[in-house]
Amino acid sequence: MAEIRNYTMNFGPQHPAAHGVLRLVLEMDGEVIQKADPHIGLLHRGTEKLAESKPFNQSIGYMDRLDYVSMMCNEHAYVLAIERLLGISPPERAQYIRVMFDEITRILNHLMWLGSHGLDIGAMTVFLLCFKQREELMDVYEAVSGTRMHATYYRPGGVYRDLPDTMPRYQASKWRSAKDAARMNAARAGSMLDFIQAFTESFPAAVDDYETLLTDNRIWKQRTVNIGVVSPERALQLGFSGAMLRGSGVEWDLRKKQPYEVYERMDFDIPVGVNGDCYDRYLVRIEEMRQSNRMVRQCVEWLKANPGPVMIDDRKVRPPSREHMKEDMESLIHHFKFFTEGYEVPAGDTYAAVEAPKGEFGIYLVSDGANKPYRLKCRAPGFAHLAALEEMCRGHMIADVVAVIGTQDIVFGEIDR
Amino acid sequence: MAAKSDDLASLLPSLFGDAGARVTVDRGEVTLEVPAAQYLATMQTLRDHPSLRFEMLVDLCGVDYAGFAGVMHEGPRFAAVSHLLSLSRNRRVRVRTFAPDDDFPVLASVIGVWPSVNWFEREAFDLYGLVFTGHPDLRRILTDYGFVGYPFRKDFPISGYVEMRYDPEQARVIYQPVSIEPRVVTPRVIREENYADEKPEPGPPDSRRPATAPNG
Repeated sequence: MAEIRNYTMNFGPQHPAAHGVLRLVLEMDGEVIQKADPHIGLLHRGTEKLAESKPFNQSIGYMDRLDYVSMMCNEHAYVLAIERLLGISPPERAQYIRVMFDEITRILNHLMWLGSHGLDIGAMTVFLLCFKQREELMDVYEAVSGTRMHATYYRPGGVYRDLPDTMPRYQASKWRSAKDAARMNAARAGSMLDFIQAFTESFPAAVDDYETLLTDNRIWKQRTVNIGVVSPERALQLGFSGAMLRGSGVEWDLRKKQPYEVYERMDFDIPVGVNGDCYDRYLVRIEEMRQSNRMVRQCVEWLKANPGPVMIDDRKVRPPSREHMKEDMESLIHHFKFFTEGYEVPAGDTYAAVEAPKGEFGIYLVSDGANKPYRLKCRAPGFAHLAALEEMCRGHMIADVVAVIGTQDIVFGEIDR
Repeated sequence: MAAKSDDLASLLPSLFGDAGARVTVDRGEVTLEVPAAQYLATMQTLRDHPSLRFEMLVDLCGVDYAGFAGVMHEGPRFAAVSHLLSLSRNRRVRVRTFAPDDDFPVLASVIGVWPSVNWFEREAFDLYGLVFTGHPDLRRILTDYGFVGYPFRKDFPISGYVEMRYDPEQARVIYQPVSIEPRVVTPRVIREENYADEKPEPGPPDSRRPATAPNG
């Protein structure tokens, strides 16, 4: 038998299961992990420093690019922080729209997570099924903001514009017969809210499908049960949040405990795990999708019944309309100043946190009274989770590292910033 | 988040007032400012005191106050700002500590109080050069291997000092001084109080001019 059995292995940064650009230096005894040292920062773009050099509104788009699978939730935290410093709050309809899109984003994120987590540990079919539903929600993103991912839809004081009355439709082409196009357009005849409503009606059955494939699947359970167990006390010490914390059995959800926007009017439950392993976190996220679906439906009902403004009538944070701009000199000057200099935010500091799909996403914003942030700090949930990777992996086999990375729902956009 | 901030604001001075701490409440958020010498003991009390019980450290970051509000900041330049969360009491507090020495900013590490601070302190060290004594593994975390300087300091240009490119002659990646000129696209503007409000009588035209900070 050889005297030295430990050896070091480099995992990533180009590895399909590294979820982006994670470089892991693993020290192993045979196949058992002794030490795991994540090297991060390969996607560091200096978002926070860049935000210090431009007006407040111009950084909203950067927020989409942090956690690039839960775009609008990041915007939400940033916009909330600005609103808190300005002392304004958006109209009720905008708050409902934000809650609806936060929950749509949560479903988007969890579908992406479920698909890639399944793919990581050997379940190909789930990935394809998840992307089918994801595609429909991406269309909703596109219809409301013009882009499928980086929406820049939330603005201080409300949202950019009201929900559209129509959904884009498929057209018959060389590759798609008129019959197929008509079938695909069936849910797209009405307004966007009708389309979302149709989605919420079909989505629970889709979640049932995922569960049929995974929940009692022997291979899935072998790969996830008792892997990466975290006790509730330890989860608190490690700064876990979101499904990572709830999977360990701590009932903590900012939407319930420190509600923002109209979450206190929403009827939903917080799922919690029991054992704190990868399987429990899977169950928690599955249930969160169902709960999000419930909330989206409540928002759709309210939004259908209550038209109204989606942006506060405050000239300081709201640009003039295009029509005014073309006729009115003052509006033109206002528009120019608004988009070049921006608006001054009163001095002070604030910390605004939202329950993003991955956990507590917080924005610490320091203003010195200027038109640009003095300091912006994005508190990414994944940063605290990845810091605990070593602890969660130690003693497990190398194949379980992939399961643990998957269960943490790592996205490097938010970790490296 | 404003929940119960008032009783926290009255409780904190009685506990830490003797140690030179300052408590401010702004927009419903409580900030505790402690001297660096009392930092570690304060944090320990914040976690363990039965009526505080901040079980979780949510965030810690560095802040560089050089040039705050367009003027030279009086007092020390670098601060570590942490956000604590108490799940049992459902409230938050912000703790700010200034490092006494600007040339070599040192603070005590709170890794023994909350293990979650590990990477946050590494990040503050990486970006601001804040040194945390007692941290077992204070390496750079976000910047490149072999990076020189502290990029988030206010005197570090946004375009940096070096750029990286592939050199076909040497057939490897090389570093060279940046080829782009630093520029300010949007100047930093601070208006005086109540700039846009309607005034009973117009002041002299000079007072309307925006005050512009020198380094944008």
